[in-house]
Amino acid sequence: MWALGQAEDMPHDHSDHPHALLPSDPALRVKALETILTRKGLIDPAALDEIIDTYQNKIGPQNGARVIARAWSDPAFKEAILADADPVLAELGYYGRQGEHMVVVENTPTQHNMVVCTLCSCYPWPLLGIPPGWYKSDAYRARAVREPRKVLADFGVTLPAETAVRVWDSTAEVRYLVLPMRPSGSEDLDEDALAALVSRDSMIGTALASAPSGGSGSITGGSS
Amino acid sequence: MSRVHDMGGRFGDGAVMPDAPNAPIFATDWHGRALAVTLACGALGKWNIDISRHARERLSPKDYSRFSYYEKWISALADLLVETGVLTREDLRGQDDASVHALASKALRAEAVAAVLAKGGPANRDSRITASFTPGDRVKTRHPGGSALVDGGHTRLPGYATGACGEILLQHGAHVLPDSNAHGLGEAPEPLYAVVFKASELWTHPEHPKDEVVLDLWQSYLEPAPEGAE
Repeated sequence: MWALGQAEDMPHDHSDHPHALLPSDPALRVKALETILTRKGLIDPAALDEIIDTYQNKIGPQNGARVIARAWSDPAFKEAILADADPVLAELGYYGRQGEHMVVVENTPTQHNMVVCTLCSCYPWPLLGIPPGWYKSDAYRARAVREPRKVLADFGVTLPAETAVRVWDSTAEVRYLVLPMRPSGSEDLDEDALAALVSRDSMIGTALASAPSGGSGSITGGSS
Repeated sequence: MSRVHDMGGRFGDGAVMPDAPNAPIFATDWHGRALAVTLACGALGKWNIDISRHARERLSPKDYSRFSYYEKWISALADLLVETGVLTREDLRGQDDASVHALASKALRAEAVAAVLAKGGPANRDSRITASFTPGDRVKTRHPGGSALVDGGHTRLPGYATGACGEILLQHGAHVLPDSNAHGLGEAPEPLYAVVFKASELWTHPEHPKDEVVLDLWQSYLEPAPEGAE
């Protein structure tokens, strides 16, 4: 195995990083590297198209929303996914890269969960797709652990004083998905209609599930 | 001893800016290309996920701060390709000889993409190291932090959580230790736990007395909390 940082001629830090040899404009930098790698047969441009298509059109928060809607509708499913999510998600076909070890955490009137990765931008890709820009921003990574309520205010969310906030910093290969509280007024909805109330941000914990009318969900009136 | 990526708790970053409803997945085309090139190069088998994370962290603080997310990815990828001998500096200068590369047989093909993404790369392993802690146990994180194996090396114990007392919340089994794996020193799997800390243990001015932060931490980051510790 190649040992980074072990060989004496390969220190951790380079005063002259090789990337500086590429064009500095990021779009041109990507293009230059793609061109070099393609010419050498190291990447297949059609594979790149396939990867982009997968995360643009196939894998996204609609997957997570289906899981949440099912958990709201089916108590046995909810119990199973909270106890051990991986086999349940594998059966649904929601296993894969950056979602190998899933834990689902449930919001209640006394506890709100919120997910961050302060060290990079770890995120449950098979359930939510590629993370949004704000999730990867310095501001979110820096602030979510220290002042989650002020961050929630940036999203227009205010929690009652009796609700504790538990922030999950994704420091390992375990990925977390928030099970939001089921909004009041949604009792008669089927799974498809419920899934439409589940936004990406509500599964990260920076939003609540939407009320059926299309307004914002009520955290005090929700049942879960 | 810290690196710029270790920004949890930092002051001064300003507001979080939520995206517009129905914002595109990739803000521009090159974002998607950068992601795809990076994933495709992973298939060449010259590094693991911890090495690639560490490559981004080793960008100079100045570059890390000014680069956008996918600029970090593509720049760290270029660095890794040269460091692992896949490409040369001459290649990056555009002076490559355009011959087919010895690793070309490993290139990710379009028809293999779905299976590779679906397969993922699980990090759980069998380990000879037995679990020292069970849920409910009080633990203290290592202080000072930083990698115990390589000075200035990769670790997943954030600076804000060093020397802090918390409680074991979940056992995740044994996982690959990034501190070792990022430096080609072997996977060295050991027990991994979710550890819950009171916000008041981590921050001088916590927002709310009931708030908590949970981190996934490896056993070697932890010791039993001293008697009487909160």
